[in-house]
Amino acid sequence: MSMREAKKVDVLLVGLGWTNSVVGMEIADSGLDILALERGPDRDTVPDFKAPQMLDELKYALRHELAQWPSIMTLTHRYKPGQKALPYRTIGSFIPANGVGGAGVHWNGNAWRAQPEEMKLRSYAEGKFGKAVFSEDITTQDYPMTYAELEPYFDYYERIMGIAGKAGNLNGKIVEGGNPFEGPRSKEYPTKAMQTLYNSETFGHAAKELGYHPFTMPSANMTESYTNPYGMQLGPCNYCGFCERFGCYNYSKASPQTCVLGALKQKPNFHYKANSEVLKIVLADDGKTVTGATVFDEQTQETYFQPADLVVLGTFALNNVHMMLYSGIGKPYDPQTGEGVVGKNYAYQIVGGAQLFFKDKNFNRFVGAGSASIAIDDFGTNNMDFGKLGFVGGAYIQSWNTNGQPIRNLPLPPGTPKWGKGWKEATGEWYNHSMSIAYHGSNQSYRDVYCDLDPVYKDRHGRPLMRLTYEFKPNDMKMAMHYQDAIDGIVKVLNPDHVGRGYKNMNTVYDLRAYQSTHNTGGTIIGDKPTNSVVNKYGQVWGVHNLFICGASLFPQNIQYNPTGMAVALALHTAAAIRDQYLKAPRELV
Amino acid sequence: MAKDKVQTSRRRFLQTTGIGVGGSLLAQHQVWAAQQGVKNLSDYKPEFFSPEEWKFIMAACDRLIPQDGNGPGALACHVPIYIDKQMLGDFGSGARWYTKGPFDPNAIPQKGYQSPFPPKEIYQRAIKEINAWCQDKYSKAFAALDADAQDSVLTALDKGEVQLPSFNGKLFFDFLLQNTKEGYFSDPQYGGNYGMQSWVFIGFPGARGAFLEWAQEAQHNKKYPLGPVDVAGDRA
Repeated sequence: MSMREAKKVDVLLVGLGWTNSVVGMEIADSGLDILALERGPDRDTVPDFKAPQMLDELKYALRHELAQWPSIMTLTHRYKPGQKALPYRTIGSFIPANGVGGAGVHWNGNAWRAQPEEMKLRSYAEGKFGKAVFSEDITTQDYPMTYAELEPYFDYYERIMGIAGKAGNLNGKIVEGGNPFEGPRSKEYPTKAMQTLYNSETFGHAAKELGYHPFTMPSANMTESYTNPYGMQLGPCNYCGFCERFGCYNYSKASPQTCVLGALKQKPNFHYKANSEVLKIVLADDGKTVTGATVFDEQTQETYFQPADLVVLGTFALNNVHMMLYSGIGKPYDPQTGEGVVGKNYAYQIVGGAQLFFKDKNFNRFVGAGSASIAIDDFGTNNMDFGKLGFVGGAYIQSWNTNGQPIRNLPLPPGTPKWGKGWKEATGEWYNHSMSIAYHGSNQSYRDVYCDLDPVYKDRHGRPLMRLTYEFKPNDMKMAMHYQDAIDGIVKVLNPDHVGRGYKNMNTVYDLRAYQSTHNTGGTIIGDKPTNSVVNKYGQVWGVHNLFICGASLFPQNIQYNPTGMAVALALHTAAAIRDQYLKAPRELV
Repeated sequence: MAKDKVQTSRRRFLQTTGIGVGGSLLAQHQVWAAQQGVKNLSDYKPEFFSPEEWKFIMAACDRLIPQDGNGPGALACHVPIYIDKQMLGDFGSGARWYTKGPFDPNAIPQKGYQSPFPPKEIYQRAIKEINAWCQDKYSKAFAALDADAQDSVLTALDKGEVQLPSFNGKLFFDFLLQNTKEGYFSDPQYGGNYGMQSWVFIGFPGARGAFLEWAQEAQHNKKYPLGPVDVAGDRA
């Protein structure tokens, strides 16, 4: 079977979401011939996200117009090794994206950095609380760089996205109004913080009363007109409430389209092809470099070979891991021996919270934005006494208001019937009268939580699906119960008429039906040596120097924050290393 | 009924094969144009459901979101029209889902949808089998039962107490309830939420999508004064 070979390019970007958009932009001035291949369709604000068509809950939030439909790609899941895995047949717990812009189109724009302590979590926790603080099955490990080394890239991502916020720690000096527990930042946020909505104000008052330190969540929903370093212009958010699962019609949410691609497409040496799915990255015979990738063209249904000198894998985290496993690059992780690295340290996000119902408060729940939120970090990783509490981890607690569309987001007081007259009347009585308080917590990595190839189920091309082995673990559920107590304490101050509780506890089973978060991390993790990681500190694959990986698949365990900021900061760090070091002399950088 | 099925399957055949595209598109457009103007649910001619199935859907929707009490009912909101149209799209056929076997009928609920049947087939099988179950128990089809009996059948389905020959009735009930709520609250372009009545009732302004001044502190705890707009630009 001979395959057509396309014209060779210098750089092949696999996937065109946040990470490869910024990588493309950062290396474009090299003049190299850059080609990006994106599995899904081409998408731009106009015509794909325009109003009023975008303001359609059924099409985008329920039928997942912008998502990676399981018919296109999915994975299988089991709770423990030895069990039979079953496919994730419909979208539930997480929503990977499809098409140009990737999940950067439909995200909320919660734009955080990691804490310095989170980037050295193993040594920080063991150093402060003793080795026994980690149970034996926890495989959490340090990043191979410090927060200080990554700080310029955190700052740069915030400038590219025009992040709205208020600094709480400027070069080590604590600033009133910001998050006093954040790592030191070299500059103030590029745009002013978001409006405080009524629910957030209500939460903030109670938090303050209890001695906590409320601040406005850093946001990729704009608060003012902003021009970023690439010359891309964004306009202020109008709080339409359609962020998560939707594209922004208003050029107000930072996305690859609004922040990067408009500028990148003008570079004469950059090209991209949509509807072009990379099926496999091809190793050279010597196993030390890659030669390119096999590509499926959705329109012609042809599979061809795309040669390249340098390949950057920047698809969604789960797909990065699948690509590495299927391509046979790197040693697959074996939970029995602990050897091998590809598929190791998958982690997720531990979330839960309460819904508060007030008869006499009107929250106008449709007035919102994905990052319109007041948060506290008093329960963050660097504020926890792991020794005393008996877990390692952290969370921020927040009250936000967004997604106020009624099909999937109409909470009702506990005990309300699910249907019938009682249900109907309750929808009218309570729709605008509830607010949420939620925790958003870290997730450690474990010896028997990992990804490999499924022996039974295949994708539409006949490739094995990836198999995920994942269950909630006692360390993280202890953590969840701690945050349940913290939120219940705030609820008590607010004294609502009714409270709905959606917390996790020691008996919680991972439920793939209910949306939790699309913060799937790990599997091609970053580390300081080839025996504990897939890539080095520059995202370069150990032993295969012309292959780099970008995205949350690099996280050794999940941080307590939304991962986009960390993923893009790492991608910018990688791009700088390619541009400033690798292209001058292609080699292993570590 | 037999004739209706033949017509339905002919239309499906034309749609899937592309044969006679001009004619079938024209026919579809006429159906669509006629139905945009349906003011009374009784004037609607279901495209997917057979007359027996339609009676079931009408009766079940009327119990899941009844007309009595505050707020519009499912029938006033044309929810059955929405469900009928959904059956003919990607949702009904499970086109966006992973539908390759093998299937595990004993999977725990937390694993999500694991059925070999797409939603439209779940509806068809369930309605037939529930009607047979009702016939057995009450000597009547579901639609002919009184409201209390219909409620107890729906409750039994919801609780997973009705094992149908094809699957547990809960599988169907969950789809039916979800689709009923979708038809109640979704944009009217999909056939339900007639006149945006559910949005008016709960105070959701639909596709207005611009609330900058309502994010200011001065508007905290104040009721938004404007009624809803839909994607087509109509106001309630």
